[in-house]
Amino acid sequence: MIIIIGLLVLLMFVAAIAALIFKDLISAVIAACIVSLIAAILFYFLHAPDVAMAEASIGAALVTTVFIIAIKRTKRYEE
Amino acid sequence: MINFLQNHIFYIGAFGLILIGLFIMISKRNLIKVIIGLSILETGVNLFIVSLGYLHKGTAPIFSKSGLDVQKMVDPVPQALVLTAIVIGLAVLALALSLTIRLYNHFGTLNLQKIKEQKW
Amino acid sequence: MRKFIGIILLFIIAWGICITLKEIPFGKQTTKIGKYYIEKGEEQTGASNIVTSVVVNYRGFDTLGEVTVLFLAAIGLGAVLATFQRKEKIKVEPSSLILNTGCRFLFPLILLFGSYIFIHGHLTPGGGFQGGAVIASAFVLVYLGCRGKRINETGSKIAESLGGLTFVILGLVGLAVGGQYFLLNFLPKGELNTLFSAGIIPIIYIAIGFKVGAELSGIIDQLMEES
Repeated sequence: MIIIIGLLVLLMFVAAIAALIFKDLISAVIAACIVSLIAAILFYFLHAPDVAMAEASIGAALVTTVFIIAIKRTKRYEE
Repeated sequence: MINFLQNHIFYIGAFGLILIGLFIMISKRNLIKVIIGLSILETGVNLFIVSLGYLHKGTAPIFSKSGLDVQKMVDPVPQALVLTAIVIGLAVLALALSLTIRLYNHFGTLNLQKIKEQKW
Repeated sequence: MRKFIGIILLFIIAWGICITLKEIPFGKQTTKIGKYYIEKGEEQTGASNIVTSVVVNYRGFDTLGEVTVLFLAAIGLGAVLATFQRKEKIKVEPSSLILNTGCRFLFPLILLFGSYIFIHGHLTPGGGFQGGAVIASAFVLVYLGCRGKRINETGSKIAESLGGLTFVILGLVGLAVGGQYFLLNFLPKGELNTLFSAGIIPIIYIAIGFKVGAELSGIIDQLMEES
């Protein structure tokens, strides 16, 4: 039980550091979406189903959409 | 060591996210990277607030039957706060990105160093 | 140089956090107000979902503030992005038949699922904000799949305004009937775990679901103007 939560937190750190390092902005946005999704799973382990639904639908779907539309209208690669 | 980890694993996760988000916001120069760092920071703060209301071996605060055990339910007040905070985080991000698009059309670049040098 | 200063600053913040973290227990007790809401919430409001009764009934005024902030963000986005000179329109080729038909087939099913989430907000986990986000993602599917289709602007404006007006008018009616409190729960409570229970909570959540769904799809519609 504690091993599963520990592995999920480690995966979340790896995804957040990947959002720091990537130079292609769309890859960085997808890494931030992975952070949001794992946070939704951790909200379920904390016995909060309302918050898990809100984070999964708003944080992982709509925020990623808004970011990708904004990147399409500006530059794609960080210089 | 295992006892310390079992008690504080959620706090370590939330504060690690806050520190990584702060580092992205301080040290990166592209404007969209800074906004990605803001999004990660907000996720970390929400995770910390919800993990304050946890009870060991508790259940979710919903009465699916009539006579459930009231003493073992998790605190509902931080969950109501975080519900509001997630929606407002989305609104702030959308407004920031619209201003970024406007800035790109005006200056032609998204590098904060070059925008500071141009000075109108 | 900048990264170096950043790392030193982060070490100072991390040290301060570690000193404070030793004092906070994890999983030991709840606050007194949380205990009061859990014990008295079922008979005072009639809703099965305690988080819903906290968000709409006990702290309903904060939810009104949040709806206002969302409205302000949508207006600000429309004002910032609307002053473009339009370049020549890029010709969009229509998508293939399978993609078109598949997206149009899935659209009412996702709308039905979102409506189920916000209508049963007081019985199961869910509510107005989650249901509104699911409805907005149904509109995003149609924008991405069938290119060139746009939302009907008049319908979206009517849905958003009616949602906001219903919330405020219900609050004022509560003030007129009860006498002292804005947003008083004045309708009969019904019995537990049925659909028509918990007073004004389902009506407010339906209004919030319509308003948030229309607003979020309006935000994405304005960002996607092909210019």
